[in-house]
Amino acid sequence: MSKNGKSGYTGGSSMERLYNGLVKENPTFVLMLGMCPTLAVTTSAMNGLGMGLTTMVVLALSNMIISLLRNIIPDKVRIPAFIVVIASFVTMVELLLEGFIPALYDALGLYIPLIVVNCIILGRAESYASKNPVIPSLFDGIGMGLGFSFALTCIGAVRELIGAGEIFGFRIMPEAYVPCAIFIMAPGAFFVLAALTAIQNKIRINGEKKGKDMSKIQSGCNEDCMNCGEEGCSHRFYGSSGKGNGKTGNAGGQAVKNADGKGRE
Amino acid sequence: MRTERGVSKMVKDLLIILISSSLVNNVVLSQFLGLCPFLGVSKKTNTAAGMGVAVIFVITLASAVAGVIYKFVLEKLGITYLQTIVFILVIAALVQFVEMFLKKFMPSLYQALGVYLPLITTNCAVLGIALTNVQKKYGILTGIVNGFATAAGFTVSIIILAGIREKMEYNDIPESFKGMPIVLVTAGLMAIAFCGFSGLL
Repeated sequence: MSKNGKSGYTGGSSMERLYNGLVKENPTFVLMLGMCPTLAVTTSAMNGLGMGLTTMVVLALSNMIISLLRNIIPDKVRIPAFIVVIASFVTMVELLLEGFIPALYDALGLYIPLIVVNCIILGRAESYASKNPVIPSLFDGIGMGLGFSFALTCIGAVRELIGAGEIFGFRIMPEAYVPCAIFIMAPGAFFVLAALTAIQNKIRINGEKKGKDMSKIQSGCNEDCMNCGEEGCSHRFYGSSGKGNGKTGNAGGQAVKNADGKGRE
Repeated sequence: MRTERGVSKMVKDLLIILISSSLVNNVVLSQFLGLCPFLGVSKKTNTAAGMGVAVIFVITLASAVAGVIYKFVLEKLGITYLQTIVFILVIAALVQFVEMFLKKFMPSLYQALGVYLPLITTNCAVLGIALTNVQKKYGILTGIVNGFATAAGFTVSIIILAGIREKMEYNDIPESFKGMPIVLVTAGLMAIAFCGFSGLL
């Protein structure tokens, strides 16, 4: 993978990477990746933003280092190597948070070390950073991280608004509004995500009716996720196993819409 | 007399952990760990049960191994801050090893669980439980019980969800709610039901 990488990158500025992460391939709204933290920490807009930015830092730094090491790491052990790099950064970020922002550290708790298994990070490492030069990889990480932060903040804001009548701790709803506390509890997360995926479905169905290619929009492990390990949901991001550079390789500049990148269907 | 009381207290503590980890703080429905297999492998009850058994197997084993490594390696050397890195590598290696071991020595069990094992490596519940055990300062035995209970909770909820999804197959669902959204709504309703368990303890 890392060998053909040098030629795989054919264009795309840093701004393009940022736009790609924020809008075109938004990890939460479009690709539906990294759902565990998305549901768990979005009890308020602030927590969502904190989690998003923490993930962004890890994503950008690990993308950078993996991109630097892309010609050194042997192909066969790349996944464990990536995991070690990611886990190191997560540990650093965790210690820094504990030292400097203890309130956020307490609020996020277990989910900070669990950033390691967030499939967005490994997915970007595998599909982008291991094939592209340092600067675009760094910006790819920042873009994806910003997209993730944006999505988490939005979901957090909605849940906080309905569940507590506030956004970022400021009272929005009138006094008479009785907060629907279930939305900041666990079930609310499922309902908000259900609404989100329903909207996504709607957009995709409408788009397909108009004949647009909506293959990029994914709704989680919609199909049978039995092949998740080998292909399935991770595959849609990695785009590996003989299908060339997959989706992100394409997004790098060549023919963008390529159904092969999806892998699963 | 004293040891007897000590034993009974320990049993009581373990029972409380068993109930709280499996039902009250259900791993999927209130902690959101292991969502991917929960949503992905819950189409049929028997595959869901297979996944559940595999998860119980791996998580119990992983919490035992992680507990031992934490106590006898990380704490001894004073490098507990490396826990995340060590645990993730240990778990990945363990799942690989279990897969090879089963393939070689217990082919029938491998036939039953083999498909699910690679799925579990990426399951954040496994790492989550290893870390929770450390965070809550559980000993090795308590950690194993906690791991088993959590995984049992996962199995219960995935089988219930699969049962509901099988029934739902023939229902008339609005176009945009087909697929994932309706499953998430179901999961949300299950989560509300599981909230009821919080009165247990």
